[in-house]
This record gives sequence, structure tokens and C-alpha cells, in this order.
Amino acid sequence: MIEVKHITKSYGRRCALDDVSFRINKGDVLGFLGANGAGKSTTMNIITGYISSDSGEVLINGKSILDDPTEAKKSIGYLPEMPPLYNDMTVEKYLKFMFDLKKVRLPMKEHIDSICNKVGIADVKGRIIKHLSKGYRQRVGLAQALLGDPPVLILDEPTVGLDPAQIIEMRKLIRELGEKHTVILSSHVLSEVQAVCDKIIIINNGKIAAQGVTDELTGSGKGTRRLRLIIEGREQSIYSVLKNVDKVTGIEKRGETEKGCYEFVIESDKDIRRSLYRAISRSDFNIMLMQPEGRSLEDLFLKIMSGNENEEGK
Amino acid sequence: MFAIFKRELSSYFSSPVGYVVTAAFMAFCGVFFYVQCLYTGTSNMYTVFQSMFFIVLFVIPLITMRLFAEDKKNKTDQALLTSPVNIPAIVFAKYLSALVMLVICLLSYIIDGVVLSFVGSPDWGVIFGNVFAMLLLGSAFIAIGVFISCMTESVIIAAVFSFAVNVLISLIDTIAATVQWGWLQDALNALSFQTKYSNFALGLISLSDVVFFISITALFLFFTDRMIERKRWA
Repeated sequence: MIEVKHITKSYGRRCALDDVSFRINKGDVLGFLGANGAGKSTTMNIITGYISSDSGEVLINGKSILDDPTEAKKSIGYLPEMPPLYNDMTVEKYLKFMFDLKKVRLPMKEHIDSICNKVGIADVKGRIIKHLSKGYRQRVGLAQALLGDPPVLILDEPTVGLDPAQIIEMRKLIRELGEKHTVILSSHVLSEVQAVCDKIIIINNGKIAAQGVTDELTGSGKGTRRLRLIIEGREQSIYSVLKNVDKVTGIEKRGETEKGCYEFVIESDKDIRRSLYRAISRSDFNIMLMQPEGRSLEDLFLKIMSGNENEEGK
Repeated sequence: MFAIFKRELSSYFSSPVGYVVTAAFMAFCGVFFYVQCLYTGTSNMYTVFQSMFFIVLFVIPLITMRLFAEDKKNKTDQALLTSPVNIPAIVFAKYLSALVMLVICLLSYIIDGVVLSFVGSPDWGVIFGNVFAMLLLGSAFIAIGVFISCMTESVIIAAVFSFAVNVLISLIDTIAATVQWGWLQDALNALSFQTKYSNFALGLISLSDVVFFISITALFLFFTDRMIERKRWA
């Protein structure tokens, strides 16, 4: 669906993107993570054809954004970091203008009405955009991206500036959109990307530092498995029992969580839930909680940012 | 392209700019018409048309100043440049909306002609010829204004710079008169907007003058296209 091949981009002497390549398949929801100035927006701007790369190629549905921009752009709905809104227009007039601009061939009124209902702006259709709150403006921006039902949606920080209730609503909406569209989402909020996206790319200093399926990157898929346990009993005795369970490669003590209950994190290369259960039960301790624990995306992100982890997940 | 043209044209009248520009143009045209025709009792509108040359210098920067500068400032250029419309079409749509604004202003010539027909016998050929001349002159100034507007994010800078360039163009004759070298004098005279416009105002329509204004328009619209493209690659 989207193929980005070896794109590079420099602003003067500063290299903003250095040989960035990735591929997004139909129906994927891809999260784009990176610190400020890492190259997220530049990548998105190149994919959408707003700016050009110095070298490399972007293909949307097999069509090059450089050689066949008109056709390639028809497949993209783009919500930039700052929604491109004409403040002097009403929401309805603006959406009609964008409908015409995108050369959409659907029944105008029905299509706009259905999008307004989907993003929750039906009640402000007649209002002038400059009088809308930040949350509504963001939704109008999303509505214009959805016009024409494009197969690819590119959303640059769609939840920035929204209140917590609006953020939850927006995430729900993006998840719903992910069922029918290929979505690229950039965000600073790591939990948001983890909650919404099934693939993640972490970009650092213009280079891809990590990419892969979310669960794999966070360690809850393949590789080391981590289990969080809360067990009732004496801490040292529990520790001795856990230590002797076969295939346990590491134990982290996290202290008392409630009276008489202690938290541990067990690491292993295999699924040892059954043997752990049997060992703890035989020792007459009570298991209050057993939960798989992935490495948080935050840990991975911070490690990449500090340069300790390179090329992971490739 | 039509969507952009429609939006730009309607945006003139969703803010005071369109009304102020039209009112100012018509007011000046009306004053010149009263003083130079009605008050002096002549149906020859030549001096009115000549005087309007200087009004156009002021008015056109107000029409063109926000065309690209405002889009850049508000980031709405992202909507335009990521839509399935090519850059020449965007440039032409914006240019055309400004030209239609000028046509609306030029209705005052027709109104003056109608008023004159009640008290005398206006030469409609000369009036329409001057509407055509003003359109050609305005078209060239608009193309220059569009080009300047695409170079900045500031509407004010776009207006001031366009106005300065227009004034400089109007001074070409004066500059030419002070130049020592004959070849430079000839070159400057060949570039004079005012001389060519004066020919039209006198009723002398020359194909080379028409081609001159159309060429200036095409050249600056082409520069605008290249400038936007260059910024995409910068």
C-alpha cells in the first residue's frame, strides 16, 4: 500500500532524513514515534507530496508521489499537525470546498453529513471555523482528511491539544478507522501509540531506530517473557520457591503491595506459567495475580533516545 | 481548480478587503470622472483613464497580498499542495480570482459611461478599449503581486513590496529619461508599462502592447509556479 524507499532530505546542512525505508500494508495502523525534530513530520510531508525528498521514492498504491502525484494524492487523506483550516469559512462550506478540491465523486451532501456524524461535528456545521474550540478544529481537520474515503490516512499528532475525554474519543475513532483504512499516526504520547497501533516505527535523528509489530518491540511477543506476580506469603520463602522453578532466568522483587502480599517479576525464555502455578501451590502460597508484562514502550523509546539501543526490531 | 477560484473570490467578500478595494477604486474613479468630465463638461474620458493608472498601483497589491502569503501563514497551503491539483492550476486559480476582483472594480468605467450618456455622447469604443487596457495592465500587476505573495508569509510585506515594485515600474519612464546610454534608454522605454497603457487610453491598440502585457503575466505566473516548486525541494 505504501512503500518508502531510501528517502533522504536535508535542510541546508542539516540532514533531516537519512536513507529511510519502510513498507506499510493494507489495513495496518502504523505508529510513528520520535522526539521533536526527529523527522516524523518531514517523513509525513514527503509521503503526502507536500515537500519533496532529495532522493528516494514513495509509492502509494504503486503510484509514485513524484511521477504521478495527482493519482497518488487521491489515495491519501492528510491531517497535518496544524489542521489546514480556512478560519473565515463555516465548517460546512469548508468541507464542501475540500470535497471539490479533492475531486471526490460521491454524493456531496450525504458524504459530508456521514463524516460530520462520524467525527462528531454535525452540531457545529453552520459555525465559522475561527470561533471553534481546539478540539472541534482538530475534528474538522480529521473530517477533511476523511473526505473521499481515501484508503490511506496520515494523521500527524491528531490528539495534540485535546482534553482527556476528547483524546479517548479520538483514539476510539482512529481504531475504528483502522478497520477500513491504512493509517499512519504520529504521536508523542507513547501509550497512545501502543494502544492504537499494531506496528511502530521509532525514528531518531532522521534514521529509523526500530520498527516492527508493537508486541514484538515491547517484548510481549517473542523473545524474553516477563510475568508479573503478586503472591501472599513470606517474601524470602516465595523468592526461594520461584528461584527453583525450571527455566526462570531472572527474578525482580518489587516489594509489598498490600499486607502480606509481595510483587515479583519473573523472566524466562519459555512459557512457564503452569510450572510456576504448580510450584507456588505446592508451597501453600496464594497467587493473588499473575499477568504477562511487556517491556513498556517508554523504556524502549528512552533507550533509543539515549543511544543505548540501535537497530532493534529490524 | 474551480474550487480554489471560487474560494478565493468568495474570501474577498467574507472580509472587508473586497469591499474596501471595490469602494476605493469606484470612489477614485467617480471623483476623477466628476472633476475631469462632468465638471469640465467634456465627454472625453482620456484623463480619467490616465489617472486610474496610479490608482491601480495601490489597489492591486491589496487584491494580491493574501493570495499565497496567508495560505503559508495559516498552513492552508498544506491542503492545497497535498490535494490532487497541480501547482500551475493552483497559481492560475488564484490569479483568476484576483483578475475577477479587478473586473468588478472596472464596472465603475461602465457606470461612468452610462452616467455620461445622460448628459452627452460617450465613445463606447474608447471606454471598452480602456476596460480592456486596464485588464491587461492589471493582469500584469496581478501576476507580479501573486509572485511576491508566494515569497513571504506576511501579508503586509507582500502588500508593501508589491506596491514598491509597482511604483518602480511606473517610474521606468522617468528613470529612462535620466539614463545616459542610448541602448539602456531604449531597453527601459521598451519595458515602460505607462507608455503602453497611455497608447490604449488614447485608443491606439497595438498587438505588440497586448503581447507585452500578456507575456509579463505569463512570465510572472511561471515564476510563481517555479518558486512554489523550488520551496518544495528546498
